[in-house]
This record gives sequence, C-alpha cells and structure tokens, in this order.
Amino acid sequence: MAWFKKEKIPDKKVKIPEGIWIKCDACREIVYRQEVERNLMVCPKCNYHFRISALERIALLFDNFEEMNADLSPGDPLEFTDTMPYAERVRKQQEKTGLTEGIITGTGEISGVAAAGAVMDFGFLGGSMGTVVGEKIVRAVEAAIERGLPFVTVTSSGGARMQEGILSLMQMARTSAAIAMLGEKKLPFISVLTDPTFGGVTASFAMLGDVIIAEPKSLIGFAGPRVIEQTINQQLPEGFQRAEFLLRHGMIDMVVERKKLKSTIADILTLL
Amino acid sequence: MANYLEFEKPIADLERQIAELRRFSHGQGVDLTKEVARLEKKLHEVRKSVYEKLTPWQKTLAARHPDRPYTLDYIKQMMTGFHELHGDRRFGDDAAIVSGFARIDDMPVAVIGHQKGRDTKDRIARNFGQAHPEGYRKALRIMKLAEKFGRPVITFIDTPGAYPGIGAEERGQAEAIAYNLHQMAMLRTPVVILVIGEGGSGGALALGVGDRVYMLEHSVYSVISPEGCAAILWKKDKSGLSLDDFSKAADVLKLTPGDLKRFGVIDEVIKEPPGGMHTAGKAMFDSVKSVIKTALDELAALPADELVAKRYSRIRVLGSIG
Repeated sequence: MAWFKKEKIPDKKVKIPEGIWIKCDACREIVYRQEVERNLMVCPKCNYHFRISALERIALLFDNFEEMNADLSPGDPLEFTDTMPYAERVRKQQEKTGLTEGIITGTGEISGVAAAGAVMDFGFLGGSMGTVVGEKIVRAVEAAIERGLPFVTVTSSGGARMQEGILSLMQMARTSAAIAMLGEKKLPFISVLTDPTFGGVTASFAMLGDVIIAEPKSLIGFAGPRVIEQTINQQLPEGFQRAEFLLRHGMIDMVVERKKLKSTIADILTLL
Repeated sequence: MANYLEFEKPIADLERQIAELRRFSHGQGVDLTKEVARLEKKLHEVRKSVYEKLTPWQKTLAARHPDRPYTLDYIKQMMTGFHELHGDRRFGDDAAIVSGFARIDDMPVAVIGHQKGRDTKDRIARNFGQAHPEGYRKALRIMKLAEKFGRPVITFIDTPGAYPGIGAEERGQAEAIAYNLHQMAMLRTPVVILVIGEGGSGGALALGVGDRVYMLEHSVYSVISPEGCAAILWKKDKSGLSLDDFSKAADVLKLTPGDLKRFGVIDEVIKEPPGGMHTAGKAMFDSVKSVIKTALDELAALPADELVAKRYSRIRVLGSIG
C-alpha cells in the first residue's frame, strides 16, 4: 500500500496526549498546556477563558484563604432516585472532584483587602445549588456580617439542583435574604459571574451584587439557550446571553479579563 | 362548557347523566327529583374518591385544570372594591400578573397574583401566566406601595414559570426575580402567600417570599415541572417522553402540598371541595378568606421590626442542615 494514500485523520479525532497539549474549546487550536496555565487558563490564541475549578479560582483571587464549613456534605432530603440514587451520585461527584460540595466558602485577602468569599465549582453536579450550597453561602454572609467584611462570590452554575427539589428552590430565597441582611449592614457585595451562570443562581444572589462583574464571553442568563430556542422556535441571535450582551443591556457593571480580575475586585472594594 | 381531565371521566359521565335526567324531567314534566338526588349523592362520592387519591402527576394536572379558579376569581369571590393597577413604570404592563388594591371585609389590602387566561385569546394575552421582568417589577412596585401605606400584601401563585424568551433575558428576567426575593425578605408589611395552582419554580417564588405560605390541596410547587425534569433525567427530547415518564418525575420531585408541609416550606394545606377547586361554592372561598384573615390578624399585631426579623428566621431555616 502506498504510504501517500493513507487517509488523513480528520481534525476532530486527533488524540491529544493528556496533560501536555490542550485544545481550546473556542478556537479549536491545540495549544501547549503550560502556556495556557501560565496565562491563567486563558487561551493565548483567542483569549477564551477556560472554565476553572473553585480551588484554581481561589488561588487566582486570594492571597490567602481560610475555608469554613468544609465538612458540610449534601443530604438527600427527597430520597431522590433517577438513573441512580442521588446519594450515590453525590458520592461519585465527591470522588471525582475531591470536594464535598460544589462550592467553597471562607475568608481571606484579595490583594491585601480582607473579604469573605464563596466560589462555585461547575465540575460538581454542574455547580447546582442545593441546600448545602445555600447553607454555605448564608453562613459565609453571616461570617462577613459578624466580622464586618465585604462579600465576594464567583458563580458558575446551571441553577437550582433538581435532585433536592423545592428545597433547592428555597435556597434562592435564603441566599437573597442573606444578601439583603448584608446590605442592611452596608457591607459591599461583589458578584463575579463566570461561564456559565444560569437559573436559580442568576435569579437570586448572583444578580444582587452591588457591583456585578463578568468574565469575557461568559454565558449568563435566566433560562438556558436551548430552552428559549425550543420555546420561541427560532434561532438565537449571535452573542445572545454572553457577558458583553448583558453589559450592553445594562445588566452588569463590567466585563473584566481574568488577569485583571483580582486587582479590579480589590480596587473596587477599597472604593466602596 | 366544563372541561374534564382524563381521570375525571367517572365524574363527567355522572354529570352528563344528571343533566340528561334534568332535561328529560323538564321536557316531559316527569318528576325525577329522587333519581337526580340519588345521582347527585353518587356524584359527590365519586368526586371525593377520585380526588382523594390523586397521584402527584394527576395533582399537577388538577393544578392546571382549565376550570380552576385563577387569581381574579379569588379576588372577586373574597374581596370587594378591587382596583387593578397597571405597569412597572419602566417598560410595560405584563398581563401575566395582576395587581392592585381591594378590601377584605373592611380591611384594605394589596393583592398580586399570576393570571392565566380563560379562553384562547385571553390565554395568549396573558402569556399562559408566564411573566416577563416587567410583571415582577410591577408586583414589587405594588408591594412597595403597600409598605408605604401600611397595607398587608396577599399574593396568589399560579404560573408554569417565568417566561423563557429573548426579550425577557434582555430586560433582566433573573435580576427581576432576584430583586423581588431580596425586597420581599425585607418588606415592612405583612405578606401572605397562597399557592392556588401551579407553583412553577423561580417565576412562582418571585411572588412567594413572606410571613405565611398556604397551599390549596390540589396545587403543586416545584423547582422544575415534571415534564422538564423527565427531559433532563431521561435525556429524551419532549416528543420521546411518555405520560409514564412525567408521572415518575412528578413522584420523585415531591411537589405536593403534603410534601411541602413536611419539608417546612409551607404553613398549611387548605382542603379543597371533593371535586377540586373548580367545583367550589361560596363556602369554600369563605374558608380561604378566613385563613387569610386569621393570618393577617396575627401578623398585624407585630411591630415591623419584629415582623421582618421573624420572616428572616423563617427563610433562614428553609432546607437548613444541622
């Protein structure tokens, strides 16, 4: 067989050796992982902001961070079972991510400014908000109030967690009420929206920031694009529900690149 | 013309028989009073037995019953002198939510609720009770008026959910809901909530933060509809899903008033007449009214600071652990 007749493997099927190279989700370029990491997980070719874990995010934003309520693990109030019991699903997610829940809360310093923080992890059940996520946010707000600290959240979530049913929905009321209490004490709340932030998280604390910041091109909204498309039966316009779209419609204060996020948050906190 | 759900077939059959007997009796001048009375007694029993053992999915359908009373029906039956107030003063007037002031007996109250339409034209005009941001903002405007003038707020929840559309997103559907939750938590006047039909997720909760939450017996309240839940769980598109899937999803979601009472999300379940709210007479509306009045009397006794503090404590423990 002539060697030149060998079929070209289509681009999509190129196996990328785990760890050394990384394919950009946006521009499809294959880039050197180390280069991306040095660039804070932002594609050096197209400026795409990769989704990052809660731990990576904390390392990126905080000089130091003391986690609180790390041991709070989800219960199973509905005794929910679909293709597998919810309790088992949670266990698997915990093994996969090394986290107990899809959010890390605590206190620390952002460029020297003390703050309480809550950072969601999309890798844990799509960053969904159940009772423990709500509880951890409320406790973090209470810690902020107690110590007179500002509060910073970084969200990435599909919304309320279906497997905890109505109790997940109630976390919207709970977290929003907690933010209201924080406001009564005149303590600032900065909400950072990252890709993706939707549903019950956007429709509660995430959109209640005194200042709302989003990372470039993050998909942010109430209803998911597929749900909207199916409802209205037409294609969505280019750029719909992206951070820049929200900025244009007056829904957020600014779009800030990852490398400037930490200094921007710290700066604003000193202004409020 | 009455509408019947599938599980209401035995009820429909009997009602038809009774109507026929009446017509016959009237036309022929034959006295069938006894026979009619016997069938009516039976109808009462059949209604009771059908509605006593509704599955969660059937309860969902009952909550969406096209003949079920809507917000404006409750206002008409329980209140007097209703003046509807329109618009959010920012963008428009959303007919999916009605709001205004009225009297319960002698007490002036603010009243707000989702509103579905009765016929096709009305349904479309009211967008099937699915509000846009301007609807939630109108609701909040009325609540703030109530606070300003020291009137309690009564809300009625009956929506499939907040509308998922381009305009809704552009105008900040998420922010509108979030801000209502935020403001309702702090509102310095009593808020009493009644779930009268469908409590569809965030769009329902946007009128649902308050001091008392009651649910009609055949209403539902959930983070997602059984249909939406089934589509996610069994990863099929809508056309591939069966009634059995919806039924299973309704089971696992625990969306009935009994479940919500057990979870501490609501205060009380209000019992409906044997055949559901669409067969309700004046006595039933009077009993709903008395539940509201009792709550308002209790809440009126509290100073605003205490009222808000108590409300926060209620919200604080929703699904709390440890």
